Amino acid sequence: MAKYLLLKHYRGAPAAVNDVPMDQWTPEEISAHVQYMNDFAARLEATGEFIDSKALAPGGMFVRYDGEGRPPVTDGPFAETKDLIAGWMVIDVDSYERAVELAGELSAAPGAGGRPIHEWLELRPFLTDSPTVTECSLK
Amino acid sequence: MNEILLRSLTPSVLGILVRRGADFAAAEDAVQDALVKAVHVWPADPPRDPKGWLVTVAWNRFLDATRADTARRRREDLVDEEPAPGPASAVDDTLQLYFLCAHPSLTPSSAVALTLRAVGGLTTRQIAQAYLVPEATMAQRISRAKRTVSGVRFDQPGDVATVLRVLYLVFNEGYSGDVDLAAEAIRLTRKLAAAIDHPEVAGLLALMLLHHARRAARTAPDGSLVTLAEQDRGRWDTESIAEGVEILQAALAHDRLGEFQAQAAIAALHADAPTAGETDWVQIVEWYDELARLTDSPVVRLNRAVAVGEADGPRAGLAALAALDNSLPRHTAVAAYLHERDGDLATAARLYAEAAHQAPNLAERDHLTRQAARLNARRSR
Repeated sequence: MAKYLLLKHYRGAPAAVNDVPMDQWTPEEISAHVQYMNDFAARLEATGEFIDSKALAPGGMFVRYDGEGRPPVTDGPFAETKDLIAGWMVIDVDSYERAVELAGELSAAPGAGGRPIHEWLELRPFLTDSPTVTECSLK
Repeated sequence: MNEILLRSLTPSVLGILVRRGADFAAAEDAVQDALVKAVHVWPADPPRDPKGWLVTVAWNRFLDATRADTARRRREDLVDEEPAPGPASAVDDTLQLYFLCAHPSLTPSSAVALTLRAVGGLTTRQIAQAYLVPEATMAQRISRAKRTVSGVRFDQPGDVATVLRVLYLVFNEGYSGDVDLAAEAIRLTRKLAAAIDHPEVAGLLALMLLHHARRAARTAPDGSLVTLAEQDRGRWDTESIAEGVEILQAALAHDRLGEFQAQAAIAALHADAPTAGETDWVQIVEWYDELARLTDSPVVRLNRAVAVGEADGPRAGLAALAALDNSLPRHTAVAAYLHERDGDLATAARLYAEAAHQAPNLAERDHLTRQAARLNARRSR
């Protein structure tokens, strides 16, 4: 019972093995990829491990407070930003090993030539609420 | 309407349906439907016999579902025959349900969800909210769990230890939401203790009561952690402590020590100290030795190092810590604490910051960051 975030990067992750940009795939390869992602999410829902999945638009900007009575300052988008998040999936699983296993499966989504992309996904544990028993928890 | 009363009837109603010949999965669905109906109907029209009402409604639901299921095939005799109510062995049924819902073939999260629904009488939505999981996901988790145990015979005795682990998980890893999972774990453990005479069941119940007693004192109004030493002991629930101690003493008298009794004994020694300074750390170290012997858990040895640091001084604690794998969760936090006690504030501040980085939960991370900040501020003055 631990929640993990699987982060997919537009940029910032090491290069995938099958590293061909999506706009150079065939339409059928794109469909197969989308189908794989949908099936994966549906399967996790059936196993009771799915929490959420969302994709992000690549464009965005930075915003910050600029002092009392002034509108926030916006800046960007920065083309040179090293890290760019493409989307995420949140899972709730019984073990870290299971989280790694699922991330591996998701990374096997088919890309160019119908072959697995072997994309690097970032796996991040959620911080939890604190346990009730603290001074002699057996876990 | 008393929701706890309603929910406390769940396992015995479910047991009656199963004894009448309903399979567990279908019976459980029918009982859940009856509970939902009761929530809507009872406030305006309370039944004279709540349990009888639930049995009737659930049984009819089961028949309806079975009819719908078999209409396409052939009608079975079962559906037209209204059996006599079963014998009044509700206690045994409840015990069997605990075993089934904690069956070793289930993953921990499935066993927790199934126990809360079939024994605890919570709705899927309540369980989903409590664990911050979408309702559809929780519904799948539960129906999958029911499929997993569908082949298990209802009248087979189970292993109490697996049930205790599930209840401990509900108590210890409960999140927030409308349902107070710690209180629910206590309610279910209390019921189990009434159904079976077992010192470890009593030990777990005592452990829960002793920890629950400190709940109000464990967090500051801003949600930050208050350590055991700094808690306002006047806010501890003395009634809960007294009950926990009494249950523990009766359990220990059986002379069949187990890990939950040993944990409860440690909690009782903390509860017993009027101030943190009066804690009997020497006895606590002895209980950790027992616990280490019973479980061989490195986490127990880590906690023992803290106790040794209090009983024999921080140097002794650090020596005990040196024997342990430093990749253990909270190892760095313990090292930071012992170094601070030993007067090495620079090392302590560095280790607190490092421990904050590794903390598994938000409250602990914030707590450790504050400790580092406190020492850094003192050193720069």
